[in-house]
Amino acid sequence: MAGSGKLHLRLDSDPLLVVQDLVVQYKVNRKSFVSAVAGISFDVLRGETLAIVGESGCGKSTLGKAIMQLPRPQGGTVVLDGVDITALDGNDLRDVRPKVQMIFQDAISSLDPRLQVKNIIDEPLKVWKKGTAAERSIKVDNLLNSVGLDPVVVRDRRPYEFSGGQCQRISIARAIALDPVLLVCDEPVSALDVSIQAQILNLLQDMKEKLGLTLIFISHDLAVVKAVSTRVLVMYLGKICEVATPDDLYAHPAHHYSRALIAAVPIPDPEVGVDKIRVTGEPPSPVNPPSGCRFRTRCESASQRCAAEEPQLQEVGLGHFVACHHPVTN
Amino acid sequence: MNQLLKLSDFSVSFTTPRGDLHAVRGVDLSVAKGESIGIVGESGSGKTVLSRATMGLMPSTATCTGSVEFNGAPLSDLSHAEVRNYWGTGMAMIFQDPLTSLNPVRRIGSQLMEGLIVRLGMSKDQARARSVELLERVRIPDPYAAMKKYPGELSGGMRQRIVIAIAIACTPELLFADEPTTALDVTVQAQVLELLAELRQEFNMTMILVTHDLGVVAGQTDRVVVMYAGEIVEAAVTKDLFANMKMPYTEALMKSIPRLDQASGQRLRVITGRLPDPTTPEPGCSFAPRCEYATDKCRAEKPPLVTMQNGHQYRCFFPIGGSL
Repeated sequence: MAGSGKLHLRLDSDPLLVVQDLVVQYKVNRKSFVSAVAGISFDVLRGETLAIVGESGCGKSTLGKAIMQLPRPQGGTVVLDGVDITALDGNDLRDVRPKVQMIFQDAISSLDPRLQVKNIIDEPLKVWKKGTAAERSIKVDNLLNSVGLDPVVVRDRRPYEFSGGQCQRISIARAIALDPVLLVCDEPVSALDVSIQAQILNLLQDMKEKLGLTLIFISHDLAVVKAVSTRVLVMYLGKICEVATPDDLYAHPAHHYSRALIAAVPIPDPEVGVDKIRVTGEPPSPVNPPSGCRFRTRCESASQRCAAEEPQLQEVGLGHFVACHHPVTN
Repeated sequence: MNQLLKLSDFSVSFTTPRGDLHAVRGVDLSVAKGESIGIVGESGSGKTVLSRATMGLMPSTATCTGSVEFNGAPLSDLSHAEVRNYWGTGMAMIFQDPLTSLNPVRRIGSQLMEGLIVRLGMSKDQARARSVELLERVRIPDPYAAMKKYPGELSGGMRQRIVIAIAIACTPELLFADEPTTALDVTVQAQVLELLAELRQEFNMTMILVTHDLGVVAGQTDRVVVMYAGEIVEAAVTKDLFANMKMPYTEALMKSIPRLDQASGQRLRVITGRLPDPTTPEPGCSFAPRCEYATDKCRAEKPPLVTMQNGHQYRCFFPIGGSL
C-alpha cells in the first residue's frame, strides 16, 4: 500500500471536501522530519460518512486535524465547499472555522474542567456573537435536549460530574452549536464501554440526518466503522491503502493490510474459528519509512517491485480502489 | 477436577463519604486448574475489583468479606504479609494499562529481574539470563537492548509484552489478565491474545481474563462469568453462553456490539440508562431498571442465582428461552 494517486476522487459530483496531496510533517530534530501524512488525496461527498481507519501512528488523527488547519499542512490543498482553505489566513480562515467542527477521543479532557456545562456550550456561540445572552441560553438548552441531556439537570454542573458517555454528548452539543457542515470525529467512542458506545454512535447518526451533516469518522475499530460509514479509507504510515464502501471492503478486501486488519477483529462467537491471517510486528518508524510500498516489510506477498516502486491507487471494482502491486484476489 | 481458586460469598465494599459502596456482592466462583475463565462486564460492574481483591491488592478503605481459598489455603484468613508470599509464584496479574503499570524511571531489565531475585532467590546473573529468555519468549526483538531501555522508549504493544513477561516470570499457577488488550490496536491485540494462549499452554497456567469485550472472551476462554453491579448474573461454558444466553443483560450487551458480519449502516441496539448507584442497592434485580422484559416482580424481589443441570447459571426470574 502506502500508495498515492487520485483515481478515486469524484470531482464531477461536487464533493463537499476535496483534499489533494496533503502533507503534514513534524520536526524530529534539526535535520530530520517525520511525514505523518505523506501525500494523501481524498474527497467527501455531501451527506457521506467517510471513515478513516488504521493503526496507532498511521497519521489518521493528524490527517483529521490537518483538514481543520491545526496545524497548517506543509503541502497540498484542502478545498471545502469550493474554497481552498489552505490558501486562507487571518480573518478569512477564521470565518471558515465554524463550518468544520471536531469531536475528540477523550471527551472528559476535551472539556474545560472549570466551566459549567452551559458555559462550555455557550462559548462558541458567544465568540461568534450569535444572539443576546437570553437567546443563547435558549439555544444551549435546545442543544442539550437534542443530544439527550436534560438541561435542568446538567446546565450548572461541571464535566467531572459526568460519565464518559455524557461528556461525549456534551462535546457533540458544543460541536454542533455553530451549525457546521462537516464534523470530524476523532475516535469518538474508543474510550467508551460497548453499551455506551452504541448510544453515542446512534446519536451521531441521528444528528447527521437531522442537521444534514457530513462526517469524517476516524477510528481503529473496524466493526464500529462498518456500522457507521458509507465509505472507508484505510491508512498505513501516512499513505492510503484502500478506499471502498464498507460492504465491499469487508467482503473483498483487496489490500493485504486491510485483510489483516479485518481478520484481527475478535468475533463474539466461539463457534467461529480464529482467522490466521496475521500481520506480525508493529509498523516501522515513519521517520525512515520503507521504500516503495510502505507496508512491504510486514506483507507476506511483498516482491522486489514493492521495494522499488510505490504502488498507485487502481480501481479493482466499482468505487473500490487499492494501492497494491499484488492485490488480494478473491 | 482439581480446584485452584474458590471464592465463597465474597464481597468487597469501600467506605466513602456517601456511604458504603458495594463493589462486589456475594460472589461464588470456583476455578479449576488449567481452566481459562473470562469475567465480562461494563465499567463499574466490579470485575476489576473482584480480581484485585482476590489477590489482596486492595486499599485500606476496602472491606472484604467471605472466603478466598487458593490451592486449599484460606487466603482470606491470612495477613497481608502472608498473602504476599503467593504473589508472583502463586498468582500474578497483568494490569490494564501498560503505560502506568511499569515504573517509568527504572530500566526494563531491573523491573523484570526484581521478581526473579525476590521470589525465586536467583542471583543477579541468573535473573538476567532468565529475563532475556522471557523477553525472547514474549517476542521482543533484540532482548539485550530492551533490557537496558526505559518503558517510555517502547510502544504500547511492546510495553504490554513486557508486563506479560513480568507477570509470567515466576511461572504463576494463576494469571489474572485485567483488560490486557484494551489499550492496544486491533492487530497488536490479536498478537497479544495469541501470545497469552500459547503461554497458558506452555506453562499450564490457569487464567482469569477480565474484559468488557465479548469478542475477546469468545476465542480465549473455557467458561465465562458475566458481572453486573457487583454480582454474577450469568455463568456458563463459553460455547453454551453464546448459544443459549439466559440473562437479558448478557443478550443486551451482545446486541450492542457492532459486528463485522452485520450489514453496514444498521442502527445499533443500545442498553438505555446506566449502572445503578453502588451505594444504594436496588431492592429487586439490579438490572431491572434497564431491562426491557422487567416486571413488578423484578423490581420488588431479588432473583436468586439459578443453576441449570449443565451448570449454566443465571440470575433472572424470566430467563430467555424459558427456565429449563
